[in-house]
Amino acid sequence: MSDKQIAFVRTEMLPEQAPPASQSGVIKWVRENLFPDVLNSILTLVALFFIYKIVSGAWPWFANGVWGTSSLSACRDVLQGETGACFSVLTERWNQLLFGFKYPVEEYWRPTLAFVLLFVAAAPLLFAMYVPRKVLIFTALYPFIAFYLIWGGTILAPLFGLLGFVAAGIAFPRAERAAGFAAGLGAGVVAAIVVWLVGGMIAAAVPGFLALEAVPSRDMGGFMLNFILGTVCVSLSLPIGIVLALGRQSSMPIIKWICVVFIEFIRGVPLITLLFVANVVLAYFLPPGTNFDLILRVIIMITLFSSAYIAEVIRGGLAALPRGQYEAADSLGLDYAQSMRLIIMPQALKISIPGIVNVAVGLFKDTTLVSVISMFDLVGMIRGPILASTEWNGVYWELWGFAILMFFPVCYGISQYSQWLERQLATDHR
Amino acid sequence: MSTLSDPPVESFRLSQLINDTRYRSYTFQFIALILLVLFFGYLLSNLFQNLRDAGLNISFEFLAEPAGYDINQRLIEYTSQSTHLRASIVGVLNTLLVAVVGCFFATVIGVVVGVLRLSKNWLVSKIMAIYVEIFRNVPVLIWILIIMAVFVAVLPQPRDFRGEDASASMVFDLFAFTGRGFYLPRPFFSAEWAAGGTGWLLVLASLVGSFFGARALGKWASKTQEQTGNRPTTWYFTLGIWLLPLLVIFVIGGLAWEIPALKGFNFQGGIFARNSFIALTFALAIYTAAFIAENVRAGILAISKGQTEAAASLGLRPNRIMNLVILPQALRVIIPPLISQYLNLTKNSSLAIAVGYMDLTGTLGGITLNQTGRAIECVLLLMLFYLTISLCISAIMNVYNNSVKLKER
Repeated sequence: MSDKQIAFVRTEMLPEQAPPASQSGVIKWVRENLFPDVLNSILTLVALFFIYKIVSGAWPWFANGVWGTSSLSACRDVLQGETGACFSVLTERWNQLLFGFKYPVEEYWRPTLAFVLLFVAAAPLLFAMYVPRKVLIFTALYPFIAFYLIWGGTILAPLFGLLGFVAAGIAFPRAERAAGFAAGLGAGVVAAIVVWLVGGMIAAAVPGFLALEAVPSRDMGGFMLNFILGTVCVSLSLPIGIVLALGRQSSMPIIKWICVVFIEFIRGVPLITLLFVANVVLAYFLPPGTNFDLILRVIIMITLFSSAYIAEVIRGGLAALPRGQYEAADSLGLDYAQSMRLIIMPQALKISIPGIVNVAVGLFKDTTLVSVISMFDLVGMIRGPILASTEWNGVYWELWGFAILMFFPVCYGISQYSQWLERQLATDHR
Repeated sequence: MSTLSDPPVESFRLSQLINDTRYRSYTFQFIALILLVLFFGYLLSNLFQNLRDAGLNISFEFLAEPAGYDINQRLIEYTSQSTHLRASIVGVLNTLLVAVVGCFFATVIGVVVGVLRLSKNWLVSKIMAIYVEIFRNVPVLIWILIIMAVFVAVLPQPRDFRGEDASASMVFDLFAFTGRGFYLPRPFFSAEWAAGGTGWLLVLASLVGSFFGARALGKWASKTQEQTGNRPTTWYFTLGIWLLPLLVIFVIGGLAWEIPALKGFNFQGGIFARNSFIALTFALAIYTAAFIAENVRAGILAISKGQTEAAASLGLRPNRIMNLVILPQALRVIIPPLISQYLNLTKNSSLAIAVGYMDLTGTLGGITLNQTGRAIECVLLLMLFYLTISLCISAIMNVYNNSVKLKER
């Protein structure tokens, strides 16, 4: 029995076989992700049909696109009844779309250079871990450089503007050490105002010193105007927003209520009514005879608007900090200014980054509203001079497509950046 | 032995106002108050100076004067002889109409997109993600203008409906979608007593009654369930409570439909929704829906899988898990941002001015302001209106937040 012959014993392993076609590769993926059950299959087919409709509609329009004619009727002559885009409007009017119709053509390099430098200036703020800190000096100089490049005029004006801040920076620590924070602040403000007054007189005396051709604010337009409004208002509203948020958290009832009323009022009304205020009402509240440009009035109103929203976001950050952080700062013997600057704000701002970025994106989008009070930003240019002109009356898709192409990358890029930054700053253990 | 002595009597010195933290806050507040009063005093003195120079005054009498302009989309009677006040009320109603219709569609689209974005279907979830990102990252003003342009360009004009070989035709012979606007059938009561609003008041009353009736029924069912353990089947009663009174009113009142018909160069009869209204509402709805979709997605993702599993292990069936466990928790996360999106939509509806829809910003802040030159009064009233709406919505939000707050012990 025991020595019964065994017919066959396999001594080596069989080669591994590929999994069945339905369980691997593309087929498996398609089955799992597109056709897992009846309902999803129907959804997929509907979606495919939808994509087909869009592509089949848009492709000939895009592929037959005409570039380089001088008017819409010329485009129609070239197309001879076929569907096709008339991209000539972009080649013909790109400068108006980007810079407005009054900015001198030979000076286009100036805003362009300012735009490129913006990335250099923003890099150390946005990518603090990869860019050497020395670049921050350039960031501090950037507002003055950009002002000089975009508005032109004598270099003395931005130079003294800068010197005023330098003077304040020198005066502040000395006075603070001698007599405390409030005195330091006062000394800084006084020093800056003195420098600005003296500098203003000097700059007015020699208006031609190292001057670029001066461009008044009302000549700004196109996407450049959106960009200027967006950047200026966001940067100005951050400090105001921080102050308002601290005021709203304050234990002093009067200060707290001033901030609450301001924030709730601004958040309760649409931006467009504030722009109406800038356009027609604000002049009544200024001393008789003063008349400063619309763009500056609009900047003031948009800054107030966004600072209220930023204040709410930062208040959320302050409220999310554990109580212990405030108590720890107090128990170290730090005073209010120190504990806020060194302990509370760095953490609260970190928590509020996504919210601040949302506000910034929303604000950048809202800059298009200035077209309603007849300023010629990108939307204003399209609705006004371009669509109203006899050559291009009726070119909708190309122009609005261009507007989308301008806004989408900026807004999408900023929001993707904020998500990336959130992951970078995440210090909690997951 | 220690000796006790009285604490030194503190006399108040003026420098304590700055150096002593007990008094410093009073100093600061006092300074702030003074500065605030000075600031407003300065603004007001400038205002009065400027008004005197221009020979103007602040008065709201212009509201009683005839407006002299026409409003082509209105919910109440209005002619160009009506007062500016009436024009503003027409504007208010138009704003509220856009806001309510827009919020409704934004919620429907937003919830569907938010759920589909979480779908396991790769293609569908990607399409929804693209939709959300494109709409969130382009200004709403551009969307309003694009949709208005598309609306006028793509849909047929009323003249295309004419003739034997018309290039366009009415849908089911009931609806006409034209570039000028949508013409829809209008329901009305043919019976003598129900005409002129009485019938609709009755419908409203019956809806309110049905609401309370259905709620009482639900409470009775819950009570029975607590006592006996079995929940009585009530859905057909609920359906009856909602539908029967309406049916009775419709039959007695003689409900009939006025169907739009082509007469001459345009459609007559029925409800006419102008293109600016449709374009504005649609644009606001799909723009806001993109944000709502994100809120819905975040709300659903915020509920951990453990909740579903725990509910399942208690023996609940899937639809009960959804109703009793997931939704109440997800709604707590979804509703507050949802309400603030409604607020945003209402405020964005002021962009109506860009497509010529006559909402409050178009009437009071637009034509009335330009005709009368009363900029301060008009802008003030405009702000007050929007402020009132947003404060009301905030109040509703606070009430809701308190009602769903986690009851911690």
